[in-house]
Amino acid sequence: MNEPLRGVIVSHADLAEALVSAVRAISGVDGALQAVSNEGCSPSALAARIEAAIGKGPALLFVDLPGGSCLTSAVRSARGRSELAVVTGVNLAMLLDFVFHRDLSPAEAARRAADAGGRAIRTPAA
Amino acid sequence: MSLALIRLDDRLIHGQVVVGWGQPLNVAFIVLVDDEVRESVWEQDLYRMGVPPQIEVVFASIAEAAHLLADWEADPRTGILLAGDIDTMSALVGSGRIRRVNIGGIHHRAGRSERLRYVYLTDEEATKLRRLASNGVEVTAQDVPTARAVPIGEFL
Repeated sequence: MNEPLRGVIVSHADLAEALVSAVRAISGVDGALQAVSNEGCSPSALAARIEAAIGKGPALLFVDLPGGSCLTSAVRSARGRSELAVVTGVNLAMLLDFVFHRDLSPAEAARRAADAGGRAIRTPAA
Repeated sequence: MSLALIRLDDRLIHGQVVVGWGQPLNVAFIVLVDDEVRESVWEQDLYRMGVPPQIEVVFASIAEAAHLLADWEADPRTGILLAGDIDTMSALVGSGRIRRVNIGGIHHRAGRSERLRYVYLTDEEATKLRRLASNGVEVTAQDVPTARAVPIGEFL
């Protein structure tokens, strides 16, 4: 059996850590996600943090915004590496889905995360 | 309005620039001055991803920027110019057209020491910034518009 995917959340400030905590509280799953903050980081320092969080891989990199320092560092890390993929716009719904579906390829997991995250964005009548 | 912000930031285009400064200044164009990025379409695409489509992004080498500064200053739209390192900014200042430099972020690495929460410098880099100031350039540090602009004399 292949190594299950690791999720690495790359965010501004403390968002990634808070998402890891929320996923743990809701799902009871621990150890599937790693938090990386860009706080105080140059691009090279952030890249080093991401690499440390990826470990041996494979991994899916969840980035908060579809642009900016978190994205540029994540995409540079993943460039040319089939054991890594990137998805942006991380939200709690996509992470909760991910921790129970870590047996996919990184590319498949990225598409699934985008679908799950997108489905969670609604405008319910109040 | 021309270039409303001339910024030294090792992250180049990122959230503080596009959102923090870009929104209140109603920025229409961003100039990214970096010789390596100028040569890489892949890097340019990556930086463009963080910018809304209504904002034009111009990638320039140091030599091109020195030549085009007058045009950007004459542009009726509001723009931001970014450089990622002190040598690039010093070269642009050498053109004689830049009077103010904002330090938005120079982060920790080996050999640098903390001057502000978001400004780390080696002694050599500090000397280069002092040289800019002694040549009449107003050098201040300010990561976001809501923060105070800290004059260079307060952290060097």
